[in-house]
Amino acid sequence: MNRAALPDQASTQAVAFDQLFWTMVGFSVLIVLLVGALIFVFSLRFRARTGVPRKSVAVLESRRVEIFWTAATAFFAVFFFWYTSTVTLDTVEAPPDAMEYHVEAKQWMWKTRHPSGVREINAMHVPTGRPVTVFLNSQDVIHSFFVPAFRIKKDVVPGRTSTVWFEATKPGTYPLFCTEYCGTNHAVMTGEVTVMTPADYAAWLETRAEGETLAATGARLFTEAGCSGCHAEASQVHAPDLSGLFGRDRPLANGDIVTADTAYIRDAILLPERDIAAGFEPIMPNFTGILEDGEVEALVAYIRTLGQEGLGQ
Amino acid sequence: MSATDAHGHIEQEPDYLGAGHSIRSWLLTTDHKRIGILYLGTLIIFFLIGGAAATFIRLELATPEGDLVTADTYNRLFTLHGVIMVWFFLVPAVPSTLGNFLLPLAIGARDMAFPKLNLASWYINLAGGALALAALLLGGVDTGWTFYTPYSSLYSNSYVTLAALGVFIAGFSTIATGLNFIVTVHTHRCEGLTWMRLPLFVWSLYATSIVIVLATPALAIALLMVVMERLFSLGLFDPAQGGDPILFQHIFWFYSHPAVYIMILPGFGVVTEVLTCFSRRKVFGYEAMVFAILGIALFGFFVWGHHMFVSGQSAYASLIFSLLSFLIAIPSAIKVFNWSATLYGGHITFEASMLYALGFVGLFTLGGLTGLFLASIPIDVHMHDTYFVTAHFHYIMVGGMVSAFFAGLHFWWPKITGRMYSELWARLAALLMFLGFNFTFFPQFILGYMGMPRRYHSYPPEFEMWNVLSSAGAVILAVAYLMPIVYFSVSLLRGPRAGDNPWQARGLEWQTSSPPPRENFGPLPVVTREPYDYHAADEEPTAREGELNFPTRSETEFRE
Amino acid sequence: MSEALHEPFEDISKQRSAEQAGIWIFLASEVIFFGGLFLGYAVYRYRYPDGFAQALAETNLTLGVVNTILLLCSSATMALSVWAGHAEMRRLVVLGLSATLLLGCGFLGVKGFEYYEDIHHHLVPGHPEFPVETIGAEMFFSLYWAMTALHGVHMAIGLGLIGWTILAVRGERLAWRETAHLHVVGLYWNLVDMVWIFLFPLLYLVGRM
Ligand code: HEA
Ligand code: HEA
Ligand code: HEC
Ligand code: CUA
Ligand SMILES: [Cu+2]
Repeated sequence: MNRAALPDQASTQAVAFDQLFWTMVGFSVLIVLLVGALIFVFSLRFRARTGVPRKSVAVLESRRVEIFWTAATAFFAVFFFWYTSTVTLDTVEAPPDAMEYHVEAKQWMWKTRHPSGVREINAMHVPTGRPVTVFLNSQDVIHSFFVPAFRIKKDVVPGRTSTVWFEATKPGTYPLFCTEYCGTNHAVMTGEVTVMTPADYAAWLETRAEGETLAATGARLFTEAGCSGCHAEASQVHAPDLSGLFGRDRPLANGDIVTADTAYIRDAILLPERDIAAGFEPIMPNFTGILEDGEVEALVAYIRTLGQEGLGQ
Repeated sequence: MSATDAHGHIEQEPDYLGAGHSIRSWLLTTDHKRIGILYLGTLIIFFLIGGAAATFIRLELATPEGDLVTADTYNRLFTLHGVIMVWFFLVPAVPSTLGNFLLPLAIGARDMAFPKLNLASWYINLAGGALALAALLLGGVDTGWTFYTPYSSLYSNSYVTLAALGVFIAGFSTIATGLNFIVTVHTHRCEGLTWMRLPLFVWSLYATSIVIVLATPALAIALLMVVMERLFSLGLFDPAQGGDPILFQHIFWFYSHPAVYIMILPGFGVVTEVLTCFSRRKVFGYEAMVFAILGIALFGFFVWGHHMFVSGQSAYASLIFSLLSFLIAIPSAIKVFNWSATLYGGHITFEASMLYALGFVGLFTLGGLTGLFLASIPIDVHMHDTYFVTAHFHYIMVGGMVSAFFAGLHFWWPKITGRMYSELWARLAALLMFLGFNFTFFPQFILGYMGMPRRYHSYPPEFEMWNVLSSAGAVILAVAYLMPIVYFSVSLLRGPRAGDNPWQARGLEWQTSSPPPRENFGPLPVVTREPYDYHAADEEPTAREGELNFPTRSETEFRE
Repeated sequence: MSEALHEPFEDISKQRSAEQAGIWIFLASEVIFFGGLFLGYAVYRYRYPDGFAQALAETNLTLGVVNTILLLCSSATMALSVWAGHAEMRRLVVLGLSATLLLGCGFLGVKGFEYYEDIHHHLVPGHPEFPVETIGAEMFFSLYWAMTALHGVHMAIGLGLIGWTILAVRGERLAWRETAHLHVVGLYWNLVDMVWIFLFPLLYLVGRM
């Protein structure tokens, strides 16, 4: 591939993207040629020096012509909207079996963490053929996670967890950029995503010292931070059992029903006053300021694994 | 009262330039024409400052390493460039200069409805500009022109407060101008000038003013919130205090998307006047053009979310913003096709302003079409905050709007100064600008597609070739922008007299003398025809002179 | 007495309607200006209902009510003097404006006292002894300060305008009979009032415990 003009195409999204992109390029070229041709031809043919008779000029004022091109534009506008939104809707939801990577952004580096617990800085290794969901958190300002070869980008906003997913298709090393301006060294907040075949990936993992997985950290914290004091089955306190919670519809004390997703769990820890689970007293302490950002992520990850266990039973 | 001759012309009255030569007579003037000139003066200075920053940006990007300036300086340069170019150059460009000068002339009025407010708006603009420049001289601002929180509110230790206050104050100046335009158009159209006889230039200024009045306050409050956050740490956008940084983006873009139409609509008006005049044709589809302008102004308020497709806003909200952004292409298409059709059957000549106007149509089309790429969510996910976006908006703002500004400046120069410039040099500059422009910014589309992020002080070497091309183009562009300064200066000093109507144009402003007298018209005109009646068989003017003779104010205003 | 008719108008009724149109347009832009803060209030109230409710209970309802009454009265006196302007009754105009001025100053005085009290109770966002623990409570007070301060600045500008008008009308330095000057000042004052009519329930009433 010609690297001077075309970015690598290394994910499933990239394929869909390039199709759409080149269709629009083709269409735009046609429109530009059309407008250009109109201007050129008219300019030449009707320039003052030519002797073209211009008697009929005053009546050239045609509703039909106007309606025609308004309708044509409207058609194309709606058509392209339809086309692009189908591509969008196809990629909104990550497949449920995706591998989970956690990425922390801070001025000016990326800290990544594999599902296996391996940590890297400004680098990330992923296998081909497996969907990967990246959970993004920021410690300071807004950054943006951008891998051109995958055609994906997502802002990393402090105070919330955003996610983005991709499925890599082609082994290789691809640049990772921060695309939201974040201060002095924004331009060097870059990294590399290395895509490997599943076999190579497994071999690579072997060579890395096994770290603690995020969920394992969470499980440890669950006891250390005192959650288990209330939420363990044997506990005296009347607090909800968290296994099987994740992904379910959760009735609240105020009558609403919400989905227990990442944001909900996060809020349950950091803003427990807000959504009270139906049938419980609002006695859960607020952990804002007690837990650090990464620890909350670990707890959320742990509770998510509890949810999957619950489903399995 | 000054003497008038038998026909009611004010003969002894000097033109507006002759009505006083002291500095005071300029700085305290309430004459809309002089205020237009004052604005032109400050505007050129701001354009040169913004352009100088652009020059440094392109020099730095000529090599992949960050070798010319430090990263911090680079960040300050593009912030300075964006802030100055948007708020102190392009937003006021056409309305405050050409608009101020021409609006009363084009509707057959003696002045703006509120002449003192008009002067005040210039001083307010100056104060805002002074604050922004002070921030620059003290050490600059490094947030980008978008002032995104929480970087601007909590992390940046540059002069954000000062710069934000500068922009805040300048906002009031545009609001004052917009208010003045709206009231003037409502109350000062001369007899016979019905709404459907208004020149499209006036329509576009009118629509722009409405957008200005209803959008600018959102910017004001957004910036004020950032300032309050910095001074009193209110936490409105601080996640640690429960605030939401995205809220700022919503308020900011609620202003800034309409603001892009504040920047482009006046250009639509200028280009229509120029194209009709030099093809000697009535504009094709006048009514459709009016409704297109109003439609764009209205729709512009509902698409702001297309700047936030990757910010984490809900996918369904994004879809709606995407749909509306596509729909806004329809009125834009009406404009582009109607301009092309206006040429049909014309009697076309290629004066410099016509060249600029034709360039505008082409470059705006390209810029607008790439806007549609960005309005498509999957494409924007890849293109957001890359050089594709940079190229998109420079195509519209520089290729489109700056060309339109130059088209207008060349078109009305004889009216403003009473003198002609060198047509040859002007055409040369127009061609060079078109060439240099494409040379500079087309490569940026490719860079964007390849994934080069914007606001990067240094970049990986695979992007080098296109950046070098772009920097080389910028040199041509700079030369092309400096040329008019030279031949316009020559014209001022030694240009031949233009006569009242050198282009045989049909607008009301061409029926008074060049330069116009202080009172614009002797007796106020009475319009008897549709606008743009270029192919009427007779050579009657569009308006006859009215009966109403009005005392001039030369006694009350000062003269030295 | 100064000239009523100003350039570039040739007829006074047209000038009046232009002045009125001008102030209406200005008011529209003011509404958007305050709209940003109201949007912030709506977003955060939705996000932190409890924090907002508990923080709201800390504001001084009595002073809020007093101030609301003061402002409503001032609106009435303002309306009176605009009406008197139409009827060309100079003394009544001055009287009405003076009453408005007094009531307005009263409002600012009460507000000042309230601020003093608030600071005394550590109702300042970010203060280590901020009395309400619930998340969102400080956000409420951020908005409380921002909104009331912005409103106060508008009040002060309005009072300045009114004070100047009183002097000018008394000294006949202003063509208040012919121009829309009183009307313009009145409309501006009404806006200031309207904003408070929204602020009062949002900051003192809704969900008070
Ligand atoms: C004067 C300035 C101006 C104008 C007029 C426009 C016009 C448009 N803009 Fe642009 N835009 C900017 C200035 C402008 N923009 C700026 C400054 C930014 C970046 C801000 C920043 O982040 O710093 C930006 C960014 C921007 C984005 C966000 C990109 C990103 O950051 O990810 C998007 C996304 O939708 C967008 C879309 C559009 C669209 C759809 C139009 C439409 O109005 C265009 C309509 C015109 C046409 C479509 C052409 C004419 C039509 C035809 C010839 C008919 C053929 C068409 C069909 C058949 C459909 N713009
Ligand atoms: C509205 C108007 C406007 C105009 C007219 C321009 C004009 C130009 N812009 Fe600008 N640009 C913006 C608005 C504008 N820009 C905005 C809003 C941004 C985003 C900022 C941000 O990210 O926050 C941007 C960003 C931007 C970037 C991206 C920076 C980055 O993301 O890192 C680049 C890079 O090439 C660029 C280049 C140029 C060039 C080459 C011109 C040329 O057209 C300029 C040509 C003019 C001259 C060259 C002047 C000639 C005069 C001299 C040379 C005088 C010499 C001076 C002295 C002797 C003191 N601009
Ligand atoms: C003092 C007892 C107590 C402690 C300690 C405690 N919780 Fe809770 N928790 C509760 C109670 C009671 C509820 C139900 C009321 C509510 O929703 O706030 C709850 C609710 C939750 C929920 C929402 C569950 C649902 O069913 O909606 C989550 C998630 C949760 N806690 C996680 C944690 C974590 C993680 C920790 C430790 C960092 C923790 N809790 C510590 C008492 C406690
Ligand atoms: Cu991180 Cu830019
Ligand atoms: Cu936009």
